[in-house]
Amino acid sequence: MKILVPVKRVVDYNVKVRVKSDGTGVDIANVKMSMNPFDEIAVEEAVRLKEKGAATEVIAVSCGVAQCQETLRTAMAIGADRAILVETDAELQPLAVAKLLKALVDKEQPGLIILGKQAIDDDANQTGQMLAALADLPQATFASKVEIAGDKANVTREIDGGLETLSLGLPAVVTTDLRLNEPRYVTLPNIMKAKKKPLETVKPEDLGVQVAPRLKTLKVAEPPKRGAGIKVPDVATLVAKLRNEAKVI
Amino acid sequence: MTALVIAEHDNATIKAATLNTVTAAAACGADVHVLVAGENAQAAAQAAAQIAGVAKVIHADGASLKDGLAENLAAQVLQIAGNYSHILFPATAGGKNVAPRVAAKLDVAQISDITKVISADTFERPIYAGNAIATVQSGDSVKVITVRTTGFDAAPATGGVASVEAIAAVADSGKSRFVGSEIAKSDRPELTAAKIIVSGGRALGSAEKFNEVITPLADKLGAAIGASRAAVDAGYAPNDLQVGQTGKIVAPQLYIACGISGAIQHLAGMKDSKVIVAINKDPEAPIFSVADYGLEADLFQAVPELVKAL
Repeated sequence: MKILVPVKRVVDYNVKVRVKSDGTGVDIANVKMSMNPFDEIAVEEAVRLKEKGAATEVIAVSCGVAQCQETLRTAMAIGADRAILVETDAELQPLAVAKLLKALVDKEQPGLIILGKQAIDDDANQTGQMLAALADLPQATFASKVEIAGDKANVTREIDGGLETLSLGLPAVVTTDLRLNEPRYVTLPNIMKAKKKPLETVKPEDLGVQVAPRLKTLKVAEPPKRGAGIKVPDVATLVAKLRNEAKVI
Repeated sequence: MTALVIAEHDNATIKAATLNTVTAAAACGADVHVLVAGENAQAAAQAAAQIAGVAKVIHADGASLKDGLAENLAAQVLQIAGNYSHILFPATAGGKNVAPRVAAKLDVAQISDITKVISADTFERPIYAGNAIATVQSGDSVKVITVRTTGFDAAPATGGVASVEAIAAVADSGKSRFVGSEIAKSDRPELTAAKIIVSGGRALGSAEKFNEVITPLADKLGAAIGASRAAVDAGYAPNDLQVGQTGKIVAPQLYIACGISGAIQHLAGMKDSKVIVAINKDPEAPIFSVADYGLEADLFQAVPELVKAL
């Protein structure tokens, strides 16, 4: 069974982004870029399934600018076998990415597609579910445990109030939550090995997909600032403030 | 224009997030219909009909809808989607799971986690963990939306007199099956609907201490319990208590952060709270920069003292 793992290049999670003064977006020039953390968990899970013998090949995919190659090399350093870059400078929204991935699913016929549940830049939380719908596959989002048993995947999901377990017929789409696994540290020998692994580049046109954005961003602004309040010296003062000033207790 | 709100419910009652979503739907300038899809969900459908501002409730009932499987629920929504200009889900685990399936099948963009309706096609939504607010306009004929409930007031749960129309449930897709669930039973208010939240961080040090220190304060205040990602990852608290960018987004009247340093991802989940209290012994902790009342103290002393003083 092949596993397809889409990964996204995003602003590193430690970077505090700044809104551009002209309100057209956030300033991502010269900031550190990394693999979306949920996607790293997805790659790790796919590689672990391969190590357990549940999968034969792990293919990493990224859609975006040429620099996404670095993200794909990282995925291969974790253990993906090969990579596909769908290269474009166009703005890609989740529906367009899902269509590109659907085209690759048709071509590669993976038994499982594992994606991060959301990207930490646009916080959309859409691509996996959209891909599942377009490919007419079952889905299990927000996974905290994945087990392959024959032609089924048993997936435990994090839901409001607790956990639930679904059994999906393969092929299927799974999106990762934080507690699915802890991605391994990438070692230098594996980084070197990853450089030699095959990385294929295709264009959206090659896949016959229109990627034009459907949502127009009119403006990006700073959120309203929340000013710091006061420090209180002790518990008694705190209680008094909450009772008499804030009137919340 | 008519908007369809997909109700979140447990077959007997309507979950609070539905009420905020109704408000967002009305703000789009549309008549509001509510879909209640479940099994033996008559009581939930009746409850939905009483929500103020709802013109019609559509009730689909059948075994295929019992467990809220995304494949079946999305198919149910798609069956009636043609009648609507807007389709809105609460941005809960359930809503986020299903909405993109509906949008993709309709070949339209989804607008996730809206916090404000500017006009029928223009919305505000946070990006980058709430460090920026984007105003986006949809050119699609149908707007598929998830609603961040903290951005909208709850519609009154009573006062409405909507009609209830029954429709047939879709057939089971056969592609996925519900196996089981572990839902924590709790008498506490739901995290996303609570007026007061007491939240604990890594400084608690263990699950035992978390329980020993945080629970009495939450009991005293009738509060929900939350946790930082660090506390959840360390196993001090269950995952569904996580507050933050990738956990629950909350905006209670009072948020008490105990031993939480205040990473931007955590602040993204709670900075719209009305009053924030931070108890932390590190004077440099970023949580103090958003706290209305900061108490620089050892939480193991300060929190029990607070319980006594209340």
